[in-house]
Amino acid sequence: MTEPAGFSLDVENLTVSIPLAAGTLRAVRGISFRVNQGETLCIVGESGCGKSLTSLALMGLLPAKAVRGADRLTLNGVDLTALSERQMSDVRGESMAMIFQEPMTSLNPAYTIGNQLEEALRRHRPVSRAEARERAIHLLEKVGITAAASRLQQYPHQLSGGLRQRVMIAMALMCGPDLLICDEPTTALDVTIQAQILHLLRDLQREFHMAIILITHDLGVVARMADRVAVMYAGEIVETGTAAEVFAAPSHPYTKGLLQCIPIPGRTKRGEHLGSIPGVVPSLIGEIAGCAFANRCPHAADACRSEPPARDLGPGRMVRCVLEPGAVPQMEPA
Amino acid sequence: MLVYTAKRIVLAILVALTISMLVFSLLYLSGDPATALAGESATSDDIEKIRQAYGFDRPVWVQYLSWLGNAAQGEFGNSLYFRLPVWELILERLPTTMTLGVSAMTFAIVLSIPLGVLAAMFPNSLIDRTALFMAVVGQAMPSFWFALMLIVLFAFTWPVLPASGSDTWRHFVLPTIVLGYYATPAFMRLTRTGMLDVLSSDYIRTARAKGLRPWTVLFKHALRNAIIPVVSLAAVQFGFMLGGSVIIETVFALHGAGFLAWESISRSDFPTVQAILLLFSLLYIVLTFLADLLNAWLDPRIRVG
Repeated sequence: MTEPAGFSLDVENLTVSIPLAAGTLRAVRGISFRVNQGETLCIVGESGCGKSLTSLALMGLLPAKAVRGADRLTLNGVDLTALSERQMSDVRGESMAMIFQEPMTSLNPAYTIGNQLEEALRRHRPVSRAEARERAIHLLEKVGITAAASRLQQYPHQLSGGLRQRVMIAMALMCGPDLLICDEPTTALDVTIQAQILHLLRDLQREFHMAIILITHDLGVVARMADRVAVMYAGEIVETGTAAEVFAAPSHPYTKGLLQCIPIPGRTKRGEHLGSIPGVVPSLIGEIAGCAFANRCPHAADACRSEPPARDLGPGRMVRCVLEPGAVPQMEPA
Repeated sequence: MLVYTAKRIVLAILVALTISMLVFSLLYLSGDPATALAGESATSDDIEKIRQAYGFDRPVWVQYLSWLGNAAQGEFGNSLYFRLPVWELILERLPTTMTLGVSAMTFAIVLSIPLGVLAAMFPNSLIDRTALFMAVVGQAMPSFWFALMLIVLFAFTWPVLPASGSDTWRHFVLPTIVLGYYATPAFMRLTRTGMLDVLSSDYIRTARAKGLRPWTVLFKHALRNAIIPVVSLAAVQFGFMLGGSVIIETVFALHGAGFLAWESISRSDFPTVQAILLLFSLLYIVLTFLADLLNAWLDPRIRVG
């Protein structure tokens, strides 16, 4: 099979399991997706659906106990599953970089911003300190930090959360990665700062031609950012498609439920009940028989006890449900 | 940093003054010093003469101030037993104690920090269990007993090291092990806990996400943060070691300041006891101060407001 030109990340049947005393926790249950150059894929789902573990699995940063499996995990055609830990560390920070949810604790308190930025470049490129410094200043300016040169001497505790997240972004960009994985990058920030950071990510993506995988539980973030969306539930992708398709015609009852949980200014009346999805996520220990969403789904039927089919609704559009896409009625607000 | 240092210095001076008062009051701990000095067969006339000769008849605060003034100039009077200036006695013996203290501290650090790091890297592994076992044994074993066991083993059963004296470096090997091992459990456990804590922190994940080598992650990013509480503990432990040297020097007949302290206590040689106590306390204060400075250097959150 020939690889398409340019960058791509291909994931097929990715699993993450964690052996526990009570049994094996199957946190990610065989998900597949593809991200192309310059594209933003949003992985959306509620807490515990496996979206953060997915991002760590891509980076090879899973906790020691967790076991990763994949039929295919290639970055620019390089099989990441075949790499040793040492080779994987050559890829991390070089062609794929990551920023995290907690900017307050993600920088080392003992070293200056400059030191931490420079080492990200110097680990992968044979550059002098002065060159690394120059690149650091350049990127700090790119992420909208004023007086960049003097910021280099500062320590993380001297910066606000928003600034720290900007520093984290600059650090991730030091080597000019092809892929930037953002795990809930704005969840810990004020709403106004959130908007700035998302805007910044979009601008940087255009400038650096990066692919972005954005992990979030916030559909507002998805609407702003996503080219394509993967909705995750209980360790599986239940629906994928372009952002426009998924928002306009959600085909999985779970996606519909999620969309009804967000208020729409002007349309949601004051005091009106927002949607909520009753019930809880099933235990991810061991196998789940049939559709994982069946116990919360208003349309659950006998057919849901067997594995739901992955319906192909066109290129890059998939839904995992027994119902015909057109047959899913609107959910009543709970 | 300057403000921080100045604050620490003021604090250190206040602590030193408090200690000097306690040390001075020790003189009165065992009752009337004049009576104690005069001995059992002395008449009340003799006691009175001694009281005047040593100035014990003056108000206590006058005695304290004159003692403190002299002490500040290194003048602690004459030893009641040796009839020699106390500072001369101490100066002669201090090198032995310092050699023992520094080598024991070095031994403790060299043994415990790598073990603590390894235990944290591989929690619940064989190395972790072994380290834990060593810590429990170290904590549970009285050091004088451990000293005697080492003497039995290495001076008698296999006579490879001398059991007593302080002439060559070989005389220091066993005392160093005993005194150093005593401090090892606390260092090791604290290093392990600190490393475990730091290794699971977000900034270590960031460091790994940058592709940094495990060595860099461990020693640049983790150890520096994990070691901060260990530095504070080291100052405290050095103080304990100085105290412990009194016992260890006695067991190994090392003629150091600790041994002198023990001798002087049993001879009621108050000026000597006071001087050694004050000296050890001051050393302790200086070390704590240095540990604070070292921590401020390690952790910018202390030094940069």
